Amino acid sequence: MSSLAEYAWLVPLFPVIAFALLTAMGRGAGRSFAWLGTLASLLSLVVSVMIAAPRLSGTAADYSSHFVWIQAGNVSLTLGFEVTNMTAMMLVVVSLVSFLVNLYSHGYMKDDPRISTFFAYVALFTGSMLGLVLSYNLLTMYIFWELVGVCSFLLVGFYYYKPEARAAAKKAFIVTRIGDLGFLIAILLLYWNMPDRALDFSSIHNVFGAQAGVISEGLTTLIALLIFLGAVGKSGQFPLHVWLPDAMEGPTPISALIHAATMVAAGVFLVARTFDIFQASPAAMTTVAIIGAFTAIFAATIGLAQNDIKRVLAYSTVSQLGYMMLALGAGAVSAAMFHLFTHAFFKALLFLAAGSVIHSIHTQDIREMGGLGGKMKITAWTFAIGALALSGIPPLAGFWSKDAVLAAALEAHPVYFAVGVITAFLTALYMARLFFLVFTGKPRSSFSAHESPAVMTVPLVVLGVLTVVAGFVHTPFNGWFGEWITGHAEEAHGGALVMVLSVAAAVLGIVLGWLIYGKGSMRRGSERWPGVARLLERKYYIDEIYHAVFVQSLDRLGKLLHLFDEYIVDGAVRLAEQSAVALGRLNGRLQSGQVQAYALAAVIGLVILALAIAGRRFL
Amino acid sequence: MNPASYLTLAAILFCIGLYGVLTKRNAVIVLLSIELMLNAVNLNLVAFSKYGVQPSFTGQLFSLFTMTVAAAEAAVGVAILIALYRARATVNVDEFDELRR
Repeated sequence: MSSLAEYAWLVPLFPVIAFALLTAMGRGAGRSFAWLGTLASLLSLVVSVMIAAPRLSGTAADYSSHFVWIQAGNVSLTLGFEVTNMTAMMLVVVSLVSFLVNLYSHGYMKDDPRISTFFAYVALFTGSMLGLVLSYNLLTMYIFWELVGVCSFLLVGFYYYKPEARAAAKKAFIVTRIGDLGFLIAILLLYWNMPDRALDFSSIHNVFGAQAGVISEGLTTLIALLIFLGAVGKSGQFPLHVWLPDAMEGPTPISALIHAATMVAAGVFLVARTFDIFQASPAAMTTVAIIGAFTAIFAATIGLAQNDIKRVLAYSTVSQLGYMMLALGAGAVSAAMFHLFTHAFFKALLFLAAGSVIHSIHTQDIREMGGLGGKMKITAWTFAIGALALSGIPPLAGFWSKDAVLAAALEAHPVYFAVGVITAFLTALYMARLFFLVFTGKPRSSFSAHESPAVMTVPLVVLGVLTVVAGFVHTPFNGWFGEWITGHAEEAHGGALVMVLSVAAAVLGIVLGWLIYGKGSMRRGSERWPGVARLLERKYYIDEIYHAVFVQSLDRLGKLLHLFDEYIVDGAVRLAEQSAVALGRLNGRLQSGQVQAYALAAVIGLVILALAIAGRRFL
Repeated sequence: MNPASYLTLAAILFCIGLYGVLTKRNAVIVLLSIELMLNAVNLNLVAFSKYGVQPSFTGQLFSLFTMTVAAAEAAVGVAILIALYRARATVNVDEFDELRR
């Protein structure tokens, strides 16, 4: 049977063609042509579903295909694609979210004059992301990895006339570049050390999984940590998380698509895909778990004190990605992928709902909102579903995946579990704060809210439904998803303790949030501990510290190098130029046009020649 | 009779001519100086035809040639000079710097 997986390369191809067409037509393309991008993502979705559907039984064999890209001597680089259960799942998630965001953007970006450019970028991003997911080796993945980075840069800086958007785009690009460098070095190390110079995931699986010892333990740890550095950059983990909240300067659909559901999850996907390397190195696993746990709680505390609706969600994304990393570090690929899967839906839902609010009242400051629930019923309800899912309230998707992550954490180390539960509490608290401040109470500034058009609310409803049902693929009573993803049955673990504690933390957070921000019967934390609130609002001064330590020192180094360039390099250039000019002037003076001067020169030359010939006799 | 005195005279004449060619402003004098140098050569030719290693008539014949050519050269030179004078109203060689342009 010729399986459809052989045509998986079509999936990323559709959006790329749409991108090419939209770009070729330029600005004249206009509104109606922007539907090309939507059509392409719909086609990708259809093909993805057709690829994934036959695999659901769990018996389909993986399919991979590749070709030699560059052959020079005995160095050959191959590109290719591979369809496994994990990539099939990612294909469906990415193309589905991309399609819904495309649809939504027709409403959100309606009045933007550069709407066709926007859809072209989104199409390029969708194509690159699907390509990244399908990659059969690390090299192919790296190419698409950089492409999604470029798209992120272009789309964060979409409102290029705003200085903050420009700065955010540059920051996003430069900070992720630090991680990308690590990833690149890891690829080179693998290339040098792998048998047969293979970079494909199945060889990695064989070398690190089955025949351990081919690559020394120290090198394995180094490679794992460098790959993780790439994931840290892309997924906004602790030291490199600073770009993700700033990336919220981009249009809101982009925040939903790139900076919540898909691209930032690429780091998690990368670690999951190369998980055998991590498993071969306990030190790397511990690092992943600690960074993930720290990021989860660290970002959640910052999320408590932010006043920009999108920034709260951005820190929440950072925190949830930390959760996924924690699950990976605890050794539970299926839990991480499951959380990635559900998070993609409910976080995209939250961002799109936030976009609907912003579209309606044109502000992002939650202090100016309030009482929107009455006017924007669909938005409010879907946001509530997303918020409850994120907080981990059963039976929504977030509950099941968070439960899986926490169960894995408990098995690895009680401290991870404690951090996870505290983070769950904080998550519930800041989501409750966000919901009650935005949708309940009285309006705190004058605005006329209205519900968004159907093209925007339909994706919200679809994502809302998915948020409700997506969790049932993997519950403690039904381990189908985990088995499907990893290929082996997971033993049932966690149990009642994890569930009770995580629900208790979530309910406590929501009730506390309601008491403080909904009912107003408790004083706010910012009044009780203004110092702490200030520290959180300023994001632990991380940006300021980075500015003082890295940006300024690099700035000074740059100035120094600029001086070197100006005086030494440019000086040498000017010297060459001026000596040529001086020589020219001298020659110009010699070329007086006076025949007598020429004759004199000839005579002098003759005399010198005669003297030289005569003088040779005496030497 | 010693050929050295002829050669010395010829050398002196040549140097006077060379000096005139290189330094004089007036184009007529430059032309005259050129004639002086040519005559210095003639003197050498004649001296060597009489006192050379192999005395022969060739030297004298050559000096006759030279005189003929010099006459033609003087005619052409003066003609150019007159044409220049008509065009530029001067015979000052410093002002003839057409080569530079």
